[in-house]
Amino acid sequence: MKFAVLRFPGSNCDQDCIHALNAIPGASADYVWHKDTSLAGFDAVVVPGGFSYGDYLRCGAIARFSPVMKSVREFANAGGPVIGICNGFQILCESGLLPGALVRNRGLHFVCEHVNLRVEQHDSRFTNAAWTGQILNIPIAHGEGCYFADDETLERLRINGQVLLRYCDGQGRAADEANPNGSRENIAGIRNEAGNVFGLMPHPERACDPLLGSTDGLHIFKSILNKYEG
Amino acid sequence: MKALVTVMPKPSVLDPQGAAAAEAMRHHGMEKVGRVRIGKVIEIELPGGADEKLLHEISRDLLSNPVIEDYELKLLK
Repeated sequence: MKFAVLRFPGSNCDQDCIHALNAIPGASADYVWHKDTSLAGFDAVVVPGGFSYGDYLRCGAIARFSPVMKSVREFANAGGPVIGICNGFQILCESGLLPGALVRNRGLHFVCEHVNLRVEQHDSRFTNAAWTGQILNIPIAHGEGCYFADDETLERLRINGQVLLRYCDGQGRAADEANPNGSRENIAGIRNEAGNVFGLMPHPERACDPLLGSTDGLHIFKSILNKYEG
Repeated sequence: MKALVTVMPKPSVLDPQGAAAAEAMRHHGMEKVGRVRIGKVIEIELPGGADEKLLHEISRDLLSNPVIEDYELKLLK
C-alpha cells in the first residue's frame, strides 16, 4: 500500500511519517508537495503535523486552500483513506472533511507529552488492528488541540460511532484530569461519517519504534493496511 | 476605501485567552470585570473599491471559521 505524505510550507512531521511508514512491511510512503495536484498511484493520504503557513490566521486555515487539497477532497470523496495528524487534523477540519474545529488548549500552554488514549471503536478503517477499550500510549504536541463541536454535532458523532479515540487515564477512564487540552468529551480523534477520513491530535508516527518509548502508533497504521470491509 | 473585519469566538466556544486576560484585569484592580473574549480585527485596504459580496464570502470562508467564530464586516470610506 502506497501512502502519500503531504508537505506544506511549515510541515514538520512529514519525515517522521515517511520513516515510520516505510518501516512497516507492506507499506511504502512518498512525499507529495502541496502544489502538486495528482495523487495518482497512491492508496492512502497522510496529512502530517507541523505548522503549515506558520499557523497564520488559524491553524490549517491557509493550507486548506493549497492546490493539493482539491485532489485530497476528490480522493476522499472516492472513498480513499485519509488520515490527518495534529496539524493535519486541523487542516481536515478547516477543509470541512471532518466536523468541528480545534481551538486553543484550555490551559493556554503548548502540551508535549505521552498520553493514554482509549480506543472507542475497533470497527473502523483506522482502528481495526486494536480492540475496543484498548489503551494506546501515544504522544501529543500541540497548542491548539482542544476539539470543539456544537452539541448537535457531538450527538451525531456519538450515534454514528465516529469518535475513535478519547483521552483517558491509566485505567481507561475518560476523566477530566486526563484531558490535556479541554477537548469536548475528551475527544482525541474522529472519523467522518463515511468512515474513510480520520483526524487525530496525537502522533502515531512518533510511537512506532521501541526506542521512542511506545509502538502503539503502529495499531493505527496497520489498521489502514488491513483489508477492512466495514 | 477600507474594510474592517472583526472576528470573535462564538459565545459557546471556550476562550482561555479571554479568561486569562480577565484574571489579569482583576489583579489590576478591576474587581467587577465580567466575561472577556478576545477576537481579532483584520484591516483590508481596498484601492479598487469594495465588492461587498466577495468580502462577505472571504470573511466567512477564509478570515473566520463559522464552526467557532462569528464575523462582522464594516466598510470605511
